[in-house]
Amino acid sequence: MAETQDLQLKTAIQIRRLNFFYGKFQGLKDINLDIAERKVTAFIGPSGCGKSTLLRTLNRMYSLYPGQRAEGEINFYGQNILDPKQDLNLLRARIGMVFQKPTPFPMSIYDNIAFGVRLYENLSKGEMDERVEWALTKTALWNEAKDKLNQSGLALSGGQQQRLCIARSVAVKPSVILLDEPTSALDPISTAKIEELVHELKSDYTVAIVTHNMQQAARVSDFTAYMYLGEMVEFGQTDQLFIKPKKKETEDYITGRFG
Amino acid sequence: MNSKLYQKRLWTNRIGISLSMIAMVMGVSVLLWILFVLFKNGFAAIDLNMFTKSTPAPGSEGGGLANAIVGSLMLVGIATMISTPIGILAGVYLAEFGTRSRIAELTRFMTDIMLSAPSIVLGLFVYAIIVAQVKHFSGWAGTVALALIAIPVVLRTTENMLRLVPGSLREAAYALGAPQWKVATMVTLRAAKSGVVTGVLLALARISGETAPLLFTALNNQFFSMDMSKPMSNLPVVIFQFAMSPYDNWIRLAWGGALLITLTVLVLNILARVFFREKISH
Repeated sequence: MAETQDLQLKTAIQIRRLNFFYGKFQGLKDINLDIAERKVTAFIGPSGCGKSTLLRTLNRMYSLYPGQRAEGEINFYGQNILDPKQDLNLLRARIGMVFQKPTPFPMSIYDNIAFGVRLYENLSKGEMDERVEWALTKTALWNEAKDKLNQSGLALSGGQQQRLCIARSVAVKPSVILLDEPTSALDPISTAKIEELVHELKSDYTVAIVTHNMQQAARVSDFTAYMYLGEMVEFGQTDQLFIKPKKKETEDYITGRFG
Repeated sequence: MNSKLYQKRLWTNRIGISLSMIAMVMGVSVLLWILFVLFKNGFAAIDLNMFTKSTPAPGSEGGGLANAIVGSLMLVGIATMISTPIGILAGVYLAEFGTRSRIAELTRFMTDIMLSAPSIVLGLFVYAIIVAQVKHFSGWAGTVALALIAIPVVLRTTENMLRLVPGSLREAAYALGAPQWKVATMVTLRAAKSGVVTGVLLALARISGETAPLLFTALNNQFFSMDMSKPMSNLPVVIFQFAMSPYDNWIRLAWGGALLITLTVLVLNILARVFFREKISH
């Protein structure tokens, strides 16, 4: 909060007094956090600490499941997205998400990308071709995929599938991209490519990434939030949090003494 | 090692394997016996006349099954055309929209009853609501009866196949801002496509041999007819009537028809397996 303000960054998402419930179980407790525009914010913490839950509140993914609810405020450029009147489809078109396991749709590579674009834009064939190429280039997949655009997305390797999923999110031109442990199912080389990609994405997009890999958080993010048992323990610039954590718990976790 | 204990286990194992082998042989040998008799009598009956001539009048020579074959194709074909969209749409509703709703629970319960209901009951039902009302047997009534049998099969398979589609795929589609109906039709149904096709093929196989519901509805027609509003000839009922007749040529035709149906069901089952294997390999 104070952190991002001091650096005079524009805030894309402002989270205030956020509580989250899975039925009776409280998954998030009084979270306050500012996610800076065009920066990478990482959520780290041990399994079950609520980092994925927090990410899934940002595009209201939890609304798919009855019994899950959030209280508080999440202001996305000033608009509270927890408002029951919020149009979820429009919200998700502006805040994209990529998941842990690659999830290519059972259609061609081209259609995988065109699917999301067609939902909100009426492009001509030529414009759509351009958009597909643009998205695939952006995710460094164009050279590998340009000769097999009509093949099934399932024909790609795991790492390529994940980049296709990122390309799919990028193609609809969202303003925020949420990455939920995007590399945990991938090999080291694919992981490196995705991390490189995250670096590039932040010149155009606000990125929030959940990871259980602390080195990854240190490598890719500008800000890091350390969470434990549903609470935000510490939040700050990644360099500072990893070099000089303010809290003992954070230090224990990042030095591997705990978690 | 305790050799006594080992011997005992060895013998238990031998006895267990022997018993299951005997059970297997009993089951398979009966099946092979049926197929053998069917193939022997059936292939002897198959000739060109069977496909070109209609069922013979009592006492007349020769004849074929052309009217019954065409009638069966029409009845089963139209029944499939009716039951496939209804079954698939209802299956999509159960798996994607009304997962927990009361109506969905009720639909599931009714489907289970329909799946296990004796087909003769469905035939009787259609007789009561259609045949008894218009006062004559008709192809349409037969089609409705067959469709009623096929719908629960298609519905249940569709629902089960959609449930196998991982939730992450749905979430990924929602995450792009897709509305629910697009997610259901463009993504999940597509992912479950081969499973759904399998369900349709199995339903086809199931209704192509059904006799009881047609006895009350389409009945039979000695002549070649493609008029769905008239009684319609069909293989199962022709087999039923001809097999118990005193005429040699009728009995021969019954064997031929039985073989045709068996081969059709066999091919449909193999096709279903091929489709389903494609699904698994994904």
